[in-house]
Amino acid sequence: MPFTAKSGKFNASIRSLTIGIGDKAITLGGECVLPFYSFDAAIENAPKVGIEITDCGMAAEPESVQKYYEGCTSVTDMAKRAAEFDGVDFLSLRLEGGDPNGLNKSIEELIRIVKDVAAAVDLPLVVCGCKSEKKDEELLSKAAEVLNGKNALLLAAKEENYKTVGAAGLACKQVVGAESSVDINLAKQLNVLLTQSGVDPQAIAMNIGSAAAGYGFEYVISTMDRIKAAALSQGDAALQMPIITPVACEVWSVKEVIASESDIPEWGSAKERGIDMEVETATAVLFSGSDAVILKHPESVATISKLIKELV
Amino acid sequence: MALKGLDIFKLSPKKNCKECGSPTCMAFSMKVAQGTVSIDACPYFSEDAKTAMREAAAPPMKTIKVGTGDQQYVLGGETVLFRHEKTFVNKTRYAVALCSSMDDAVIEEKLAAIEKVDYDRIGERMFVEMVYVNYDPKSGAVKYMELVKKAAGLNRVLILGVEDPEVARTALDLCKDSKPILNGANASNYEEMNAVAAGAGVALGVSGENDSELYDTLAALEKLGNKNLLFNANTDSIKAAYATTVQYRRAAIKDNDRTCGYPSIVNVAKLARGDNHLQAALLAAFTMKYGSILVADHLDYAEALPLYGIRQNVFTDPQKPMKVEPGIYPINGGDENAICLTTVDFALTYFVVSGELERSGVPCNLIVNDAGGLSVLTSWAAGKFSSSSIAKFFEEQDIAGKIKCRKLCIPGKVAALKGELEAKMPDWEIIVAPKEAVQLVKFLKDMQ
Ligand code: SF4
Repeated sequence: MPFTAKSGKFNASIRSLTIGIGDKAITLGGECVLPFYSFDAAIENAPKVGIEITDCGMAAEPESVQKYYEGCTSVTDMAKRAAEFDGVDFLSLRLEGGDPNGLNKSIEELIRIVKDVAAAVDLPLVVCGCKSEKKDEELLSKAAEVLNGKNALLLAAKEENYKTVGAAGLACKQVVGAESSVDINLAKQLNVLLTQSGVDPQAIAMNIGSAAAGYGFEYVISTMDRIKAAALSQGDAALQMPIITPVACEVWSVKEVIASESDIPEWGSAKERGIDMEVETATAVLFSGSDAVILKHPESVATISKLIKELV
Repeated sequence: MALKGLDIFKLSPKKNCKECGSPTCMAFSMKVAQGTVSIDACPYFSEDAKTAMREAAAPPMKTIKVGTGDQQYVLGGETVLFRHEKTFVNKTRYAVALCSSMDDAVIEEKLAAIEKVDYDRIGERMFVEMVYVNYDPKSGAVKYMELVKKAAGLNRVLILGVEDPEVARTALDLCKDSKPILNGANASNYEEMNAVAAGAGVALGVSGENDSELYDTLAALEKLGNKNLLFNANTDSIKAAYATTVQYRRAAIKDNDRTCGYPSIVNVAKLARGDNHLQAALLAAFTMKYGSILVADHLDYAEALPLYGIRQNVFTDPQKPMKVEPGIYPINGGDENAICLTTVDFALTYFVVSGELERSGVPCNLIVNDAGGLSVLTSWAAGKFSSSSIAKFFEEQDIAGKIKCRKLCIPGKVAALKGELEAKMPDWEIIVAPKEAVQLVKFLKDMQ
């Protein structure tokens, strides 16, 4: 008697969502099975991998990442270089220099960078705000304006600023990222609120929050497991948006990555620790149900891209 | 899935003799089904009937024990597919692979490397629990036996990768008392391998060309009376391996197909084909989805640190938060004169806060309160992180006797406690720290 597995294909599916324009445009979601369950049904769109750079350029990057951008003198240079790396599907520009508690760069300065980067690369773009919800209202609205026609993803609209960011996305025909903090109810509520404020559910991606491997990651797993169960098995339309997870900004600051080789010699190469933390966290996020991940190290990007190709 | 009353009644002696205390066999069967009386209360149930019942009532996934003493591990025994339904009970274990085809220098190097990764993470020892010792027929049995002896010296659970029953028997003679796993049964040798494994009293690992052949071999071994089994995920491709682990686990737990209900072995070393970062990814992937033992080519700190973190997270009880031991944690070489910060014993809070404190480079003492393992706001709301509990904790732990500095920073989220703390702990200068841990670096640097 041969082994015959029952199919776990669902009647419902995750919404398909396109980011970017032209040949390089990517589509997230569309699947009607759990992560990588290709034995249940074909997976419509393979998960996508983005690479992240910031407005702070080289200075903000860890040493092992800087090497890949050698010779770059501007954020635009870095964007062009990043677009060439193996396995990169889209580019994420994080405007962290805007953080009022950090460098507090002006909105004009940041928007100039957004414009330059958008002009320099034809990859789909994700624009991530600074840490202040208040400042993001204006920052992401202006970014939406200058990216007109690019079908970019604005990351993110949060509970505190979804009206403004959502309206900007709607007005300039950009995709809106809805960011919540590792809680299925909050994720759903934000999708509902955004939809009620006029944003097309087809133009919403979720960032349900993340953590580095080992740092309360069980909440990420269970929240994603439950979101996928609600979306696919219960057909909850308010949770059928594809999930995009910025991993880079979680992993490159944890102790396992930043501890210097002289401080903890037995841990070995800092470069390898960084890549493996990023690769393992990204893998765990994808296996929990993320439709896209945003990474920093070109070797992580290449590895995760290879993994996805093997699985889909 | 337990048997229903009617199913039990069908197996009952139908004597209605009342010796069990129930008026009829039917009434007795109903009570057994409900679990209010034990089947042993009836002296007349046949042994066969009892075995059939026990098997029907057993969980769909077998629990397999390997190793001995402090190196004994329990594998399998899961009852759910997702951790939010119920806790995953038996952790994924990691093995590093050796092969008798390797030359001695490589083997020595690998043996030394296995011992290197060994550390503590929230009260749990993190290390390579198993060693996979693969038999290369070309290098001969003598060399293999030497390798088995060497590997046994590490005091980890051995997995003997041998498909030759004679070699397996000889190897088991060397190490069977430590209850290794014999991994080498397949469609063509399973009868002999079964005899070897059963004779030595060890668990048997089974492989197949594909998932159907694997299933048939598992079923055939069950027929021979062996249920001390593990199965190998297909190694043709990553996709095929994932199909085995997910589909077998799902068939066991959702569809109650017990032949699939054994722990799995996933040879990620083979799947990664020498790509170290891909191996790291696969270790994480199969820890998430249903690998019981993962065999790696090597495991260094870079791969281990995130991996053991993920494992700890995946296998934690969703109802019970992870806690760290309350007490004083000196950071950046903080001594008795260094500034104090206090927080709760919720592991995540501790990790995030201690990480930021380390990043600041400022010597300090993190004083972790006993707050029931809850986060700052939750424990505060539950009355487990209040001015009285903090004052009491400081008293019990004799913090003032151990630390000379009298500056104490409290989490910004409980700034409201400042006044009460000043009243209860008058010797201390109470400082309100920022609300978010990420702001601690700037806060501490500014204070200096
Ligand atoms: S003791 Fe056994 S045989 Fe007698 S009535 Fe009870 S169940 Fe039936």
